[in-house]
Amino acid sequence: MATYRNEELVRKQRKLAATQARRKVYTQVEKPVSKFDHMSPDEREAFFAKERKRAGKVLKRRNGFIKAAMGLGIAVAILASVMALVPIFYTFINSFMSSAEIQDNYGVIFQSLSGHAGDKGATYLDKTPVLRMVPERVTLEQYKTLLFMSPAYLLKFWNSVIMVVPIVLGQLVVASLASYSFARYRKRRREILFFSYVILMLMPFQVTLVPNYMIADKLHLIDSFWSIILPGIFSTFSCFLLTKYMRQIPSSYIEAAKLDGATEWQIFTKIALPTCKSAIFALAILLFIDYWNMVEQPLVLLTDEQKQPLSVFLSQINEAEIGIAFAASALYMIPALLIFLWGEEYLVEGISHSGIK
Amino acid sequence: MSEKQQQRGEVLLKRSELNKQKKRLHRRRKILDWGVFTGYLLPSLLGVFLFFFMPLLMLLKTSFQKSSTNTDFVGFTNYTRVITNGAFKDASINTLTFALIAVPLAIVLALLIALLLNSGMPGKSIFRSILLNPMMVPVASIVLIWQVFFSYNGVINGWLGNLFGLDKIDWLKSSYAQIVILIMFIWKNLGYNMVLFLAALNNIPTEVIESAKMDGAGPVKRFFAIKMHYLSSTIFFVGIMSLINSFKIFREVYLLTGDYPFDTLYMLQHYMNNAFRHLDYSRLSSGAIIMCIVMIIIVGFLFFAEAKFGGDIEE
Repeated sequence: MATYRNEELVRKQRKLAATQARRKVYTQVEKPVSKFDHMSPDEREAFFAKERKRAGKVLKRRNGFIKAAMGLGIAVAILASVMALVPIFYTFINSFMSSAEIQDNYGVIFQSLSGHAGDKGATYLDKTPVLRMVPERVTLEQYKTLLFMSPAYLLKFWNSVIMVVPIVLGQLVVASLASYSFARYRKRRREILFFSYVILMLMPFQVTLVPNYMIADKLHLIDSFWSIILPGIFSTFSCFLLTKYMRQIPSSYIEAAKLDGATEWQIFTKIALPTCKSAIFALAILLFIDYWNMVEQPLVLLTDEQKQPLSVFLSQINEAEIGIAFAASALYMIPALLIFLWGEEYLVEGISHSGIK
Repeated sequence: MSEKQQQRGEVLLKRSELNKQKKRLHRRRKILDWGVFTGYLLPSLLGVFLFFFMPLLMLLKTSFQKSSTNTDFVGFTNYTRVITNGAFKDASINTLTFALIAVPLAIVLALLIALLLNSGMPGKSIFRSILLNPMMVPVASIVLIWQVFFSYNGVINGWLGNLFGLDKIDWLKSSYAQIVILIMFIWKNLGYNMVLFLAALNNIPTEVIESAKMDGAGPVKRFFAIKMHYLSSTIFFVGIMSLINSFKIFREVYLLTGDYPFDTLYMLQHYMNNAFRHLDYSRLSSGAIIMCIVMIIIVGFLFFAEAKFGGDIEE
């Protein structure tokens, strides 16, 4: 007992000493001697002027550096943008050339592509095409031939539309229902199912195409648009993104709606869908461009040349038709670009949210 | 006393009955919930089952059969036939090398551009939409202009010849072909990846960056010590997306060079297409199964890596 008390006493004393020492630090700090104390006012003035000048110089240099870096950055960004735009730009420019000019200018390229001569399958001509900012003569000739004289083109365009629109709409409906379920009902087995959806989404079509073909064969769908539309509708990509989105809806919203007596359907249509509006628009754009782009599926599943979409048709344009090829490409690009212009904000927002947990 | 006990017993009885009722209700609610949400899931589930799961099982079955007409069980002969096939080997090596080069490059370049745009330079949103533009352009319509640039008598060769007096390079039919395809891949996917990174960069709390600045961390240190930490899950996501997209590069290759491109461009999809044309289903299905397994391994590894290294990001 005694030793205990002793210890406590010692501890108290130590504590006191420490406190006092700390106080000393705060109260008895010596004012440091600076070199300004020994300077006369004039000297001080001069010193400060010098320092100010030096600081100004440093600041200026730093500002210059920042400006230069910024300039460099802008230059890089502009370069990247130019590279991004040049191919698109030239497709449009070339689409306003007359067919004769295109033949004249780009004929060389397509000769070498169709493999006329040469051991490497290329002709060894000295001429190379010139990229012109403005065609020699701006005409709508290509577009005219394309729209009024080649029904095949319009047919293919229509084929593309007839395949893409049902896929986009169907997949959005199916996926929004499914992802609502995945977002609200989170049991172990469902999570496993969801994970298998993710795996399916990640499968390249090199894998899924064969199964697609087999089932289409079983259902006698080969060579009909349904063989492409049906698997497209049930593709799991949008399920994944929408589920990610719907899980971000605060559960308090849903609880509140439930307390007010809302049914699941009401929660789905009045809360879940409106909150995911931008995601749905973004998905619609992404899906549209993805399926507008498709090449593999029609190549394998549609054997009838008449039913091929424009994307496949464009790749088979040969030398004789290059006069209209650019206009065809440009026209094919336009729906996608228009949709992009219309929904860029949604797209950016949708993409941005998809990456954030 | 006994009255009190009786009362207590009654209360207990009531409570247990109530509990029972509650439990029953709860169970009913649970079943109802299950029913409702399964109902929501049903259309998708049916479709996925019919068009993806079942065919995959069929695939598994045919991969062990002699041919689509002859259903004899032949064990792993199809697999060994596919694996020892030179074309399949080349195709998978090409596809994998392309993914291994393209995915990191796409990540790094997009990150650099995103950092650049995020450094407070003017016109950020304009650059963003310009760079996002290529994503929207259908491959089929841009292929023409790529041909103009990269074919043997193309524009690039013309420029190189005029400016540096270089010999013509047959870009698409030489070992440069992968570089050309790489350029197209980056051109197309840079914008998408960049937007993802921009969003992630915007999500980093400014206080953290500010305080690091106060503590005297330079831009490089700030990037590696702080931003990388916050970006890691986005990097993972971008990696997965780029991986998926890198498998889609077949489109460009096919549209540029057709069924039988230069050796280094022979992708797995070419192999598949050609097998289709020969109607060799058993070869096809074992090839697809092998790819499926490889994909699952890659994805599993990525998820594992993310869980291991990205786990501490979530606050």
